[in-house]
Amino acid sequence: MRALVWHGTQDIRCDMVPDPTIEDDRDAIIKVTACAICGSDLHLYDHFMPGMEKGDVMGHEFMGEVVETGKGVGGSLRKGERVVIPFTIICGQCDQCRRGFFSVCERSNRNKHLAEKAFGHTTAGLFGYTHLTGGYQGGQAEYVRVPFADKTHIKVPEGLSDEQVLFLGDIFPTGWQAAVQADIQPTDTVAIWGAGPVGQMTIRSAILLGAKQVVCIDSVPERLEMARAGGAITIDNAQESVVERLNELTSGKGPEKCIDAVGMEAHSPRALEQAYDRVKQAVMLESDRANVLREMIYVCRPAGILSIPGVYGGLVDKMPMGALMNKGLTVRTGQTHVNRWTDDLVKRIADGQIDPSFVITHRAGLEQGPEMYKTFRDKKDNCIKVVLRP
Amino acid sequence: MSESTSPRDRSCPRAQMPLPNYLGADSRRRPDPGTRVLAQGLGWFSIGLGLTELAYGGAIARWLGMPRAAPVIHAYGVRELLQGAGILGSSDPTPWISARIAGDALDIATVLSGLEDPNPRKHNVLLALGALIGVTAVDVICAQSLAKAPLEPSQKVRQDYRRRSGFRQRAEVMRGAARDFTPPPDVIGPEAMRPWRSAKA
Repeated sequence: MRALVWHGTQDIRCDMVPDPTIEDDRDAIIKVTACAICGSDLHLYDHFMPGMEKGDVMGHEFMGEVVETGKGVGGSLRKGERVVIPFTIICGQCDQCRRGFFSVCERSNRNKHLAEKAFGHTTAGLFGYTHLTGGYQGGQAEYVRVPFADKTHIKVPEGLSDEQVLFLGDIFPTGWQAAVQADIQPTDTVAIWGAGPVGQMTIRSAILLGAKQVVCIDSVPERLEMARAGGAITIDNAQESVVERLNELTSGKGPEKCIDAVGMEAHSPRALEQAYDRVKQAVMLESDRANVLREMIYVCRPAGILSIPGVYGGLVDKMPMGALMNKGLTVRTGQTHVNRWTDDLVKRIADGQIDPSFVITHRAGLEQGPEMYKTFRDKKDNCIKVVLRP
Repeated sequence: MSESTSPRDRSCPRAQMPLPNYLGADSRRRPDPGTRVLAQGLGWFSIGLGLTELAYGGAIARWLGMPRAAPVIHAYGVRELLQGAGILGSSDPTPWISARIAGDALDIATVLSGLEDPNPRKHNVLLALGALIGVTAVDVICAQSLAKAPLEPSQKVRQDYRRRSGFRQRAEVMRGAARDFTPPPDVIGPEAMRPWRSAKA
């Protein structure tokens, strides 16, 4: 079958690889009908995340049709059913899964010894996202093996198109969880850093949850335009002072809720700060750039909440812990507990409350994937979200 | 995507096109990947050269037969470090690359003084001059490419995302449409820690 394969830094190719097979009773094989390139795939593309190996198949945002199931899947899935696959692989039986903390499933990461070394404890297995999270082959392919398939799926109701539901596997519940864990009140100003796909979903979620003001911070004009379309006030941080604008919008008090939808590859508009982090990252004295985190801690209203859906992989430097502690800020973060939110979100899509396909700007075949990675990474051609059809 | 220009661009006579801007930063500037890599390479080169000049300024001065120039070379090291940081840290490195060209001119003027008699190491000075001229040429090429880079999106036809709300009605109408959703207590924390307004509601 054809698949997008990681060969090294900024080197992804559409290769022929062996078809996946059932390896465990709880496996299923999915014929992929649509997949997307996620912003966090770019951390792998640029090789900021450790643990990738040559030959790994990329992709954790995909959906398709069940073509084969193992004996242990039972009646949970039948051949021909349409499913979206959450990017977190879940057993559904461990202590964390039973509590709804699916992204820290204790059993699905088959390389848990690596995760334990890096993070102290294991987190869930993920599709196509390094060997720290299990080294599972990803979904930017014609077929994919889904482990624990009796639990690791979201069934697609009749009448909804692939593009309407594809993002239930990652960015929509990620934006939703980011907004939910910010505990949005009707009087809140919610500031969201990053107008990429997760930022866009977070904006819509914050609006639906009833925030008084939603403010989005980015520097890419077309992304800011899409943010405004979703009801956000925008700040172009290449042109304006984020601190001053947020203070203007909140009578000097700062936003009650701040959401980091950027993560480890943040760019600071302040040249010295950016250079400092780039140099430290290059000489391996830090792995992640914390520009957004620093700014959020600085501008957030005391007793406010910081919600962090943006992906971080390792160590950051110069964290203003004094401000964080003395302002009494609450930090909520984590990979998304996808299946915890999807029943509700499927209904909201089916009811017409929201159609997540608004974010798609580019559609291409799988063989154009390598080129699309570059387009997405370089934000060329007003690219915000790419959907690939195998 | 279409490469065609907007009607406004087409109506703009070539004679009125603005001159390339070498000195001002413009975050809309989007150079091609090759130019971007070249600029980054020059940024790292600046940092490497700066560290070398700071650490071995005295040795470099003696190698050039200009031992009194050691403090100047140390100062140039600081300049190189600042330029390197500027190139790597800014959203648009154009003014910093231009600053490198000015620095190159300063370096060349300094090294030229080493050709005066009596300097037994003029051949080293000539080698250094050759290297400086080569680097200056690269800097000039990079600065020209950056200054000519298109400004996006204003110089290209953009896709229109103004209608991409994702909502079935205007965003203002949809504000609060999901207030029926009850956040799980284990995600939002204990009730006593939530805002007073909510706790009393």
